[in-house]
Amino acid sequence: MTHFIQVLIDAVAIGSLYALVALAIGLVFGVMRLINFAQGDYITIGAYSLVVPSAAATPALMFGALPWPAMILCVILTVVVLALVTERLAFRPLRNSDLTSLLISSFAVSYFLQSLILMVHGGRPKTVSIGDALSRAVEIFGVRLPGVQLLTMVVALTLLIVLVLFLKKTPIGIQLRAAAEDFQMARLLGVPANRVIAIAFAISGILGGTISLLVIIQTGTLDIRMGLMPTIFAFFATVIGGMGSLPGAVVGGYIMGILSVLLQAYLPAELRPFRDAGVFSIVILILLVRPQGIFAKTAKERV
Amino acid sequence: MSESRKEKLEAIDVHVHFGGVKALNGVNLSLQSGDILGLIGPNGAGKTTMVNVLSGFQMPHPGTVKLNGENVSNLSARKMARAGIGRSFQSARLFPKLTVLENLVIPGLGIGLSRRAATSQARDILDWIGYREDPDRQCDSLPYSDERRISIARALALRPSFALLDEPASGMNEQECDRLMQIITRIPQEFGCGVVLIEHNMHVIMGVCHRIHVLDGGKSLAEGTPDEVKKDPKVLRAYLGEQASRPEAVI
Ligand SMILES: Nc1ncnc2c1ncn2[C@@H]1O[C@H](COP(=O)(O)OP(=O)(O)O)[C@@H](O)[C@H]1O
Ligand SMILES: [Mg+2]
Repeated sequence: MTHFIQVLIDAVAIGSLYALVALAIGLVFGVMRLINFAQGDYITIGAYSLVVPSAAATPALMFGALPWPAMILCVILTVVVLALVTERLAFRPLRNSDLTSLLISSFAVSYFLQSLILMVHGGRPKTVSIGDALSRAVEIFGVRLPGVQLLTMVVALTLLIVLVLFLKKTPIGIQLRAAAEDFQMARLLGVPANRVIAIAFAISGILGGTISLLVIIQTGTLDIRMGLMPTIFAFFATVIGGMGSLPGAVVGGYIMGILSVLLQAYLPAELRPFRDAGVFSIVILILLVRPQGIFAKTAKERV
Repeated sequence: MSESRKEKLEAIDVHVHFGGVKALNGVNLSLQSGDILGLIGPNGAGKTTMVNVLSGFQMPHPGTVKLNGENVSNLSARKMARAGIGRSFQSARLFPKLTVLENLVIPGLGIGLSRRAATSQARDILDWIGYREDPDRQCDSLPYSDERRISIARALALRPSFALLDEPASGMNEQECDRLMQIITRIPQEFGCGVVLIEHNMHVIMGVCHRIHVLDGGKSLAEGTPDEVKKDPKVLRAYLGEQASRPEAVI
């Protein structure tokens, strides 16, 4: 029983991460119909901003050396600026082109950012230790809860609440939701397109930077592809949640987390290397039953 | 307000061709604040295209749209909205996941009101069109006729100088139509704007319009008061074909 609870907590913690990434992808998709695969590289670059560029395997700390409030601020700011710059240079000029061009552009940005990291930091994985205190476990009712997991869940929940309040209560948040549903109509009713899209990217940057920190605290490893897996999982999360539905993205994120952790825990050992294949097969099954995703409306309910 | 500064919207010699289809072929029309101009004609006559031209969705080629004497033919739909043209669509196109109130707050924010002012304006307009249900209801669960009414309210929340309504009564029953007629009739006094009304329901058209412009095959067939148009032999022929002898039966 305690084992099961432990597994469940693992699932919720990793699901929280996926939910945050999925939210970032979903927000940008909502206003631009762009699946931004560079989201993964935002996460990677955020993490790399903790250290000074060098070839060393255990590099000196850059933002990682700052007191933690300043460190958090600097990492998040870095990723926000990065997200805004890519929007301005790579995505805005293509705003009126088709989905394929946007998608290709996002692959190009992703590839470019990876090359950039390679150039600046070199290709080999590095270790960086921040927030060591957090890896100690807290014990609650016989369940051992690693501090990182607790932190991840609390941070995710806080961000979710703040984001919901932002989207429901602020003028720009309401405008952003309108734009995500019918961009052309929103513009006709005076919603400022550029500002709304920039805000969506800025939020994807805030989420990205937060994820950078959470992942690093958890793994302590910098790797050029560290953002990739969470982004692929989050992409599937947005798909099963229903592309364009933000609650769907969050629920999808938790489903992905739960699936991957459960398979990891309960698959026979010799099948575990195929865990991700198993997760993706289940995703395909879900999509066969509900092609539009869990939260998206069925084509047209009324005429 | 409408007396002190009459605004004027004109379409001059407007042509719109889609490949071989002459959707509009040299149409002129004009209206002022306070007017309710009906735009009628058989399916495919070019009514929606005309509203598209007037609201900047479609550039006339050739042709001119003037707002208060100024050429606005090349403005984008968004700029037209800002310049004072509000429109509703044949399909309501509300934001489905937003609440009724939020749908009406969006245009208020769009014309630069604060959230508080936009919200209070939205409540006033809801009240004015007689929507007494829950304003926090999500729009994808609205009954059809409410959906139509809210989409008119949303066009009005832009505080337009001219409101262009494309078939607002379609799919409504008789009682809902009557309610809609009362609303449309009161738009000019309440909002100080002019109204262009596309509608197939002749009862509604004849009941609320000051003037009626008849299109057929992209050309103007007639324009006049409801009584004049009702008696116009060209209109009768276009509308009734061989049954032209009994006009009152249809109109
Ligand atoms: N975007 C378009 N492309 C091609 N043809 C169009 C387009 N829009 C309208 N038309 C054609 O123009 C004519 C007028 O259409 P429309 O203005 O929608 O008529 P109405 O609203 O009076 O029923 C029709 O023959 C229609 O098929
Ligand atoms: Mg039409």
